[in-house]
Amino acid sequence: MSRHRTAALVGNPNAGKSALFNALTGARQKIANYPGVTVERKAGRLVLPSGEPVELTDLPGSYGLHATSPDEEVTRKVILGEFPGEAEPEVLVLVLDASNLEQHLVFALEVLELGRPTVIALNMVDLAERDGLVIDPAALESALGVPVIPTVAVRRKGLPELAAAIQAAEARAPEHHRPHVTLSERRLTANAIADGAILSETTRHRLHSKLDRLFLHPWIGPVILFGLLFVVFQAVFAWASPFADALEGAIGWISAQVVAVMPPGLLRDAITEGVLSGVGSVVVFLPQIVILFFFILVMESTGYMARAAFLMDRMMAYVGLSGRSFIPLLSSFACAIPGIMATRSISDPRDRLTTILIAPLMTCSARLPVYAVIIGAFIPNTKVGVGIGLQGLVLFALYVAGVVGAMAVALVLRRSVTKGAASGFIMEMPKYQFPRVKDLAIGLFQRAWIFLRRAGTIIFTVTVVLWILLSFPQAGEGENQVDVSIAGRMADVVAVVVEPIGFNRDMALALIPAMAAREVAVSSLATTYAVAADNEEEEAMALGDQLKSRWTLPMALAFLAWFVFAPQCLSTIAVARRETNGWVWPGFMLAYLFAMAYIAAGATYWTAVALGL
Amino acid sequence: MTLDRLPIGQFARIIAVDWSLLVDEEAQRLRSLGLEEGARVSVAHRGIFVGRDPLAITVGRMTVALRRAHARAMQVETLS
Repeated sequence: MSRHRTAALVGNPNAGKSALFNALTGARQKIANYPGVTVERKAGRLVLPSGEPVELTDLPGSYGLHATSPDEEVTRKVILGEFPGEAEPEVLVLVLDASNLEQHLVFALEVLELGRPTVIALNMVDLAERDGLVIDPAALESALGVPVIPTVAVRRKGLPELAAAIQAAEARAPEHHRPHVTLSERRLTANAIADGAILSETTRHRLHSKLDRLFLHPWIGPVILFGLLFVVFQAVFAWASPFADALEGAIGWISAQVVAVMPPGLLRDAITEGVLSGVGSVVVFLPQIVILFFFILVMESTGYMARAAFLMDRMMAYVGLSGRSFIPLLSSFACAIPGIMATRSISDPRDRLTTILIAPLMTCSARLPVYAVIIGAFIPNTKVGVGIGLQGLVLFALYVAGVVGAMAVALVLRRSVTKGAASGFIMEMPKYQFPRVKDLAIGLFQRAWIFLRRAGTIIFTVTVVLWILLSFPQAGEGENQVDVSIAGRMADVVAVVVEPIGFNRDMALALIPAMAAREVAVSSLATTYAVAADNEEEEAMALGDQLKSRWTLPMALAFLAWFVFAPQCLSTIAVARRETNGWVWPGFMLAYLFAMAYIAAGATYWTAVALGL
Repeated sequence: MTLDRLPIGQFARIIAVDWSLLVDEEAQRLRSLGLEEGARVSVAHRGIFVGRDPLAITVGRMTVALRRAHARAMQVETLS
């Protein structure tokens, strides 16, 4: 008998489900999307005491079976067995926060009404004790009629007992349906059950209200938030460089080994000029992405992110959004894809659409390679003040341009395309928690892996295809390779369009493959100039020097301005299509962003020329 | 008195909610967080800038952030 056993974790947001999931399944998890929606489907393997494996899924946190967001919709459908292609979980594991029992019991009662095999994990009992709450699991068990297991995910407390209860629950015959009651009645029952189960309660001065007094302070709160954001971006650039340099060195070393081992020829060129210089120039940004996600994960897991949303809500309201949009937009500084996916927690559909449409304007890490190379080559490394360099200032200006652009677009959209009643902001502020190293590590590993897989598939394919298009047909005597190549001819066509904004043929050429991902612009410039090099000496020149000898300053600035706005990322467009269920909004996104990019690049170029730069 | 006018730290009970002032989904969300008739609440924090929006409300063992527009739909009576 090889029947696929299944179980699912269900509970309110902030019940500690993810930590429990990580503790139960370990690092080997499969993350995919539920078909048709971009809600993450997290599944892992739990081994029962009998040695039998169970596929455990971690369902999105939900306040009830009445869905008010796409996230909750998935949870509802999976629990009820209505999700197409998704088996109804055999056992439901209800995760309750012991320190917020009354609230979490409301949803638990609703799920128990279904009469399905259920076990309850009374999670975070340690935090409840810290708050002075002593709970009797036996009283809870007799009131609810299902097994209740006290757990502390982080200390692996109660995990074997929980696994045993899941195993036993499978044998239980489903109870006949309990009568359905209204939400208010359920809340009264929940309060009564909690009263009976709470043995003692000493009101201690809770740590988290003290922290809130600091972090939500009308004046100190925002100062802390912006200080923190400053540290984050500082760290992304400062901490990453030694790792990035090491990666770059390693790629160079591999390239040298290939050259030494392989005979000269097309295949060797394909590996060194195509694969290594192309993919390599993107992989070096892994450290920055990991550092940025580290901060985002820490802010999320400690509960600070909800406070940041609270502080930002008023500012977001000025452009017609809410504090909820702050989290997706902050994630978009790492990458618009997780950012757009994070919008699923926004319940207002117009708010959500607006946030999706402006997410690509946040300066994502894929733009960094482009910015870094161009700034490094064209902006002198001079000081303009104490501790402020001109290069850093230009980079900061590019980030600000993206944010200001996004806010302006949101303002316009909310008054035209996504017009409607001002959106609300209702959000539970989770308790402060210490981030768990293991959960952080798992989260970071998953993000890094997604990035590397992207580099290994999309970017790999695109650079190899570009190299082929650049290398064929082969140039005859006295001809320039790039000029005669297929890619060169394609670029001639694009060049006609971008010539008015100051772009030359090489830049036009870089824009074509960069449609796949922005960072490919760097690798394709590198590949182009490597192929175009007339001699070894020229080929060995750093990309920055190559650019300096071929571009003018206004051209470089226009190129930077272009990338602030241009929607050059296939994955983002694909995610936007999936999120909005159609091509209308991604089409709109492409059109308005390209228009902005064209205008911004043109304005930058002609202003710079007029100033005589 | 409506909830948005409640002084910080003062406990009160929600005695009536004008659900018609709220969008269905928001009403549903507020109810599922326990913000409905009979709930014991207090204002813990107010936002920055003009209007001091949003509000952080304590309800049960939770803190919930909401806008003044939501709080304005809730009639409260103060508790000693």
